[in-house]
Amino acid sequence: MPRPLAATLRAAALAAAALTAFLLAPAIRAAEAVPAAADPALEARVMRVAEELRCLVCQNQNIADSNADLARDLKNQVREMLGRGMTERQVIDFMVQRYGDFVLYRPPVKETTWLLWFGPFLLFAGGLLVLFRKLRARQRALATPLSAPERLAASSLLAPAGSEDGGARP
Amino acid sequence: MRRFLLPLGIFAVLVGFLAVGLRLNPREVPSPLVGKPAPAFRLAQLHEPDRTLAPEDLRGRVWLLNVWASWCVSCRQEHPVLLDLARSGAAPIYGLNYKDNRQAGREWLVQHGGDPYVSSAYDQDGRVAIDYGVYGVPETFVVDKNGVIRHKHIGPLTAEAVRDRILPLLKELNGA
Repeated sequence: MPRPLAATLRAAALAAAALTAFLLAPAIRAAEAVPAAADPALEARVMRVAEELRCLVCQNQNIADSNADLARDLKNQVREMLGRGMTERQVIDFMVQRYGDFVLYRPPVKETTWLLWFGPFLLFAGGLLVLFRKLRARQRALATPLSAPERLAASSLLAPAGSEDGGARP
Repeated sequence: MRRFLLPLGIFAVLVGFLAVGLRLNPREVPSPLVGKPAPAFRLAQLHEPDRTLAPEDLRGRVWLLNVWASWCVSCRQEHPVLLDLARSGAAPIYGLNYKDNRQAGREWLVQHGGDPYVSSAYDQDGRVAIDYGVYGVPETFVVDKNGVIRHKHIGPLTAEAVRDRILPLLKELNGA
């Protein structure tokens, strides 16, 4: 029966590998985190651009926060381009040309994104409109005085329970 | 009765949006490169490092550029489809070996049933892939005779995608 033994060994090896990886991880990460540019001003600009760019692998992260391979490559690309003297705008345009608007973490305001940008305000305005109309209708209903038969019906309804003040005034 | 119509209507619209939204694949980001000239590059070939591959050498031909790597798991899934496509002779397939190790890339082709590529360019640092807006390997581009990208397929090619999208497009481009 070599199966269970093999399985146990494999599990043990896996556990050992996981433990090693866990122990080594901080060291590896520390090595990765060393910026290629020793110049802190350039690094700050790199981060500013990186925060505007979406990581297309992880999608809900910008490349400044992401540790994905592609994000690291793109950060290097940004660093190199800024180092060559390009402006932040030019670097971002370079990325948009290749990856499309989706690469922008803040979507641009243009025809296709109007609904995205203004939709919530539209919904809010619609909600306000409905609310005002409801309130207006209710106010009008309260303002109209009761007709004579209505008043009679009301007082007959209130009469049996009307020994106390009851809160209802005619 | 009428007071329920509005919430019901809103609910129906919401369901409609969700039904469409949940079916979309968020991984498929439309490429701005479709309709634009294929970005130029000149890279050493995977198998023969002293020879180069460049899109401008392929002017006048309809060709496919497939981005692949030996470390890419879904490339395995796609590989038989590429081999079939290469065998069909519909269009030459060129590879862009993305951030790979030369040796590993060559061995991977041998291990996985052969080399569907006329040749592969060796993009070790992934710079060319950035120019092509690659964010998930495998990706496949269809380039026309004028060197313009006509289609981009993201993720592994399937037999259905080849039959329904790639082959008709190749036929159209080759006919024109």
